[in-house]
Amino acid sequence: MTEIQPAIWKRFSKKQSLERYGIEFVLLLIFIWATQSVDIYWPFVTDAPAQAVDLLHRMTPPSVVFIKAIIPSMIETINIATLSTIFAVILSFPLAILNARNTTPHPIVQMVARVIIVTSRSVNELVWGLIFVVFFGPGVVAGVAALTMRSLGFMAKLVSESIEEIDHGQVEAMRATGANGAKVFIFGVLPQVMPIIIGTSIFRWDINIRQSSVIGLVGAGGIGILLTSSMNMFKWQNVSMILISIFVVVLAGEYVSATVRKKLT
Amino acid sequence: MFSVKNLDKTYPTGQHALKGCSLDIDNPQIVAIFGPSGAGKSTLIRCINRLVEPSSGEVFLDDLELTGLKGKDLHNARRQMGMIFQEYNLIERLTVMENVLSGRLGYVGFFNAMFRRFPQDAVDEAFSLLERVGLKGYHNQRADALSGGQRQRVGIVRALIQHPKILLVDEPTSGLDPKTAMIIMQLIKDLAIEKGIPAIINIHDVKLGQDYADRIIGMADGVIVFDGPPSKVTAETLTMIYGEEDWSKTIRKVEDEEE
Amino acid sequence: MSDTGASTVWKRDHFIKNPILRWIVILVGSAYLIYAINDMNFNLDRMRTGWPRAVDFFQRMFPPDYSRWTMIYKGVFESLQMAIIATTVSIFLAIPLSLAAAANISVKFVYVIARAFIVLARSFPPILVAIMFVKAFGFGPFPGILTLSFTALGFMGKLLAEAIENIDKGQVEAVRATGANWFKVQLYGVAPQVLPRYVGLSIYLLDINLRASTIIGIVGAGGIGGALFNAFHRYEYDTALAILIAIIVIVLVMEFISSKVRSRLQ
Repeated sequence: MTEIQPAIWKRFSKKQSLERYGIEFVLLLIFIWATQSVDIYWPFVTDAPAQAVDLLHRMTPPSVVFIKAIIPSMIETINIATLSTIFAVILSFPLAILNARNTTPHPIVQMVARVIIVTSRSVNELVWGLIFVVFFGPGVVAGVAALTMRSLGFMAKLVSESIEEIDHGQVEAMRATGANGAKVFIFGVLPQVMPIIIGTSIFRWDINIRQSSVIGLVGAGGIGILLTSSMNMFKWQNVSMILISIFVVVLAGEYVSATVRKKLT
Repeated sequence: MFSVKNLDKTYPTGQHALKGCSLDIDNPQIVAIFGPSGAGKSTLIRCINRLVEPSSGEVFLDDLELTGLKGKDLHNARRQMGMIFQEYNLIERLTVMENVLSGRLGYVGFFNAMFRRFPQDAVDEAFSLLERVGLKGYHNQRADALSGGQRQRVGIVRALIQHPKILLVDEPTSGLDPKTAMIIMQLIKDLAIEKGIPAIINIHDVKLGQDYADRIIGMADGVIVFDGPPSKVTAETLTMIYGEEDWSKTIRKVEDEEE
Repeated sequence: MSDTGASTVWKRDHFIKNPILRWIVILVGSAYLIYAINDMNFNLDRMRTGWPRAVDFFQRMFPPDYSRWTMIYKGVFESLQMAIIATTVSIFLAIPLSLAAAANISVKFVYVIARAFIVLARSFPPILVAIMFVKAFGFGPFPGILTLSFTALGFMGKLLAEAIENIDKGQVEAVRATGANWFKVQLYGVAPQVLPRYVGLSIYLLDINLRASTIIGIVGAGGIGGALFNAFHRYEYDTALAILIAIIVIVLVMEFISSKVRSRLQ
């Protein structure tokens, strides 16, 4: 951003502008470092447009008959997304309770919960896929396990944050009736966080639809397996049909998720 | 029937909120506690049902000493004390009926609470109490759809359905307009008399307190500085409680009556 | 409903009030669940064979093997470079894109094209985009940078366009009233209002891109992900764990920096 600076009036003091130039200069240096040292084979870059046109050419027209193979695989993909979301919602709930500052039984338990959440969130679903394929062998089970693991931390983090933000007065009122901890929870806490749990679950389902189309690349079930095999056989017209189907399903999922969330909240 | 002996509370922050408070209630009466914000009124009430843990001292409900209770005994003791809150503290997203029945949480099991299976006599009582406070037909409304006065009525019913031996009331009218405030105070007073139980009411509206209470307790800086009937409340008493101010307007009514 | 004196029944209102619809939802829902779980082909036999493999997996994973340290840090640096380049490219290209995709500024024709591009860029997971770019342009960080720039552009374009659509019109009108031309209106009427959001999003984008850059290597698009994938395939799970830890650390560090900077900006 450049400011047009008249002679007398200056937007920033000398120190401020020095600071700004300093930051901009450092950012520029970082960028130059990144571009200079990155391991790019430049002939690839100059050749890129031609290659792109070539690939697009091989991909058209998309093979419409291949839809017969795509549909069952796509259903499997949606199943993976749905099941993993359900499992993640169920498992994340106790995790969220253990992690929330105001409901955790003990700081050490909270630490353990936090470690699980952080690990779950910072390991990509493809990596979880690689791990669970080792456990269960290739297939849907590994896919469901992978997406469950990834969604778990996401759900637990958001739900435990919402537990931490509840109105404490309602909890106090339930304690005053002589209810024990569990009953205070279902009356004083649960009704307050329920909208968040429902909203986040649907949102996560939407994300999982996207991700479940990918985990097949490491053998964890769904449409990704079909995509990999089509690519390995250089069936580019099948590939383009798969991509179109994924695009349609993702958009449909986003639409469903947005509509349901609007209806419920 | 109820007494507090030498109750003391120091918060972890170092704030010394209660400094050896004692009081006895021997008959069903309405006790209003006066005092500026921070005088310890709220802490006193919460130390009684142990929402706040007192540092030392004793609380007796009939012959039961409350400060040493743990777990189930504590829950059973709390269920004998109904509490009404400043901000109503209703479960906003639940219906009026669920809010009222939540007063019975101390009596029902976990799964019955979860699936909202409350005994029929509790439901019957809830309906009749709702009618008594003028909320007939509101049982399936959500609490967040009610006005402030209506919410506080639900709060009162929730406390009463516990079958309490005493009512602990924390600033019941501070969020309400003057007329609704009077109606709510009247309702609390009438119901306490009907049930034959005492009520301890924190209130900072001096006139409202004098109008409805049988006994006034004044607190300043964690200490009880006045204890007597409303007719004994003078400008000097209020100065002792709240500090220097022209109190003549506030208490004219009492002085008029004495003349 | 409630007659005085008589015993009255109270039941909580059902979530779905129409009983027919409620039962349809319940039945269809549980039928689908049974089918979907059944379709997983989950059986205990596989669990039984999987268990020793899992035990073996963990035994081989510990302790993490850092002997290929140079490979790990080269991979991490490459991920970082890819993220930096892609973020820079996309935050610059996002400016014209978001102007084109903002309903209150753009013209209808341009708006439709820009929105279509955003939808396309946002719908595909980065990994899918990466695999196509790798097929088209070969292995290495170049298709990786293209992938990150493409997906990041969709993300940034959408959020920035929304920010522009939500600006205070009064300020724009005031600048227009001075007789400024279109470009100056954008610079003085629009830019100051969306600038904080723009800077915040840029840093968030670097965070997102770094996460993605550690993973797209799995399909050959550069960065540390490739090393991870290879380690898995050579059954070198101890090296894989070392790489995984490295990934988690840089992702967390970046998340920390990003949230710190963003909260300072507010």
